[in-house]
Amino acid sequence: MTIQVNGDPFQTEKPLSVTELLKEARVEAPEYVTVQLNQQFIRRDDFDTTVLHDGDAVDFLYYMGGGSR
Amino acid sequence: MKLTNEQLERYSRNIILFGGKGQKKLLAGKVLVIGAGGLGAPAALYLAAAGVGTIGIVDYDVVDLSNLQRQIIHSTASVGQRKVDSARHTLEGLNPDVHVVTYNEWVNSQTLPQIIDDQHYDFIIDATDNFPAKFLINDACVLGGHPFSHAGIIRFGGQTLTYVPGKGPCYRCIFDTMPPAGAVPSCKEAGILGAVGGVIGCIQATEAIKYLLGQGELLTGALLTYDALTMRFRKIPIGHNPHCAICGDDPAIHELIDYEQPVCESKVGKGSL
Repeated sequence: MTIQVNGDPFQTEKPLSVTELLKEARVEAPEYVTVQLNQQFIRRDDFDTTVLHDGDAVDFLYYMGGGSR
Repeated sequence: MKLTNEQLERYSRNIILFGGKGQKKLLAGKVLVIGAGGLGAPAALYLAAAGVGTIGIVDYDVVDLSNLQRQIIHSTASVGQRKVDSARHTLEGLNPDVHVVTYNEWVNSQTLPQIIDDQHYDFIIDATDNFPAKFLINDACVLGGHPFSHAGIIRFGGQTLTYVPGKGPCYRCIFDTMPPAGAVPSCKEAGILGAVGGVIGCIQATEAIKYLLGQGELLTGALLTYDALTMRFRKIPIGHNPHCAICGDDPAIHELIDYEQPVCESKVGKGSL
């Protein structure tokens, strides 16, 4: 099945939870990523139990703050 | 107010786009730029060039040689000067129509509402470099009902969104609270390409100008992300978050919070990208 991850197709053999996708997609610092599934925010407590289906669109949103002077 | 002959010439390319009427809206407009750094420098320069009549600049830093790689409002001769003074000098030199108001201080829960009220700013640009300031500006704008542009940049990338009260999500809808110390690298640790600040800062200025004109579609309800290495922009639709701690259905936050800057970062407080 194919999931859209940040706009790109991501192929997977088996259904994945959000937690598993974060690992498979090698997301850095997954504990600080905000996840949208089909434009709905997924609460962190629900990452393990939210299973992705063919055609789902997932967005990983990252803190971006910088910090230079 | 009638445009002078000099103004008709100076703003002729604007006037082709939105008429003398639009130009007068810009001249009457008041935009607050918080942070005179990598984002605030290009944003303030383009606002001044366009003829935004009142521009507030907030910063408590002095110009450092390492800033000049991206903070193009400052020059080699202004190293060691207060950033607000250096910025004022450049903006006034670019366009004497602009009333530049400077605030040589950091923003916190006390100062920020006073600064916003000082000139009753129409639109606020978050050009800061740190999360305590970003959450503070978001919360002040949500609680006070002010539109603002959020942005962040690091390495070769950036992101930005526009908040307008009652229209779409706020910053906290996406990022519920401060990342802990060390979770997110700073520009000092990770680096930043100066031109990335130019791209994102110019988008922030564009949003402010569109808001003042009342023209076009703002970047509300979406997060725009930019990756300079792949030259890819993504406009990610973002829904309002009913669980948002400040603008959700049952908000927990009713006043401004002074977060501590994580200890791994440089100075406590504020500053600009």
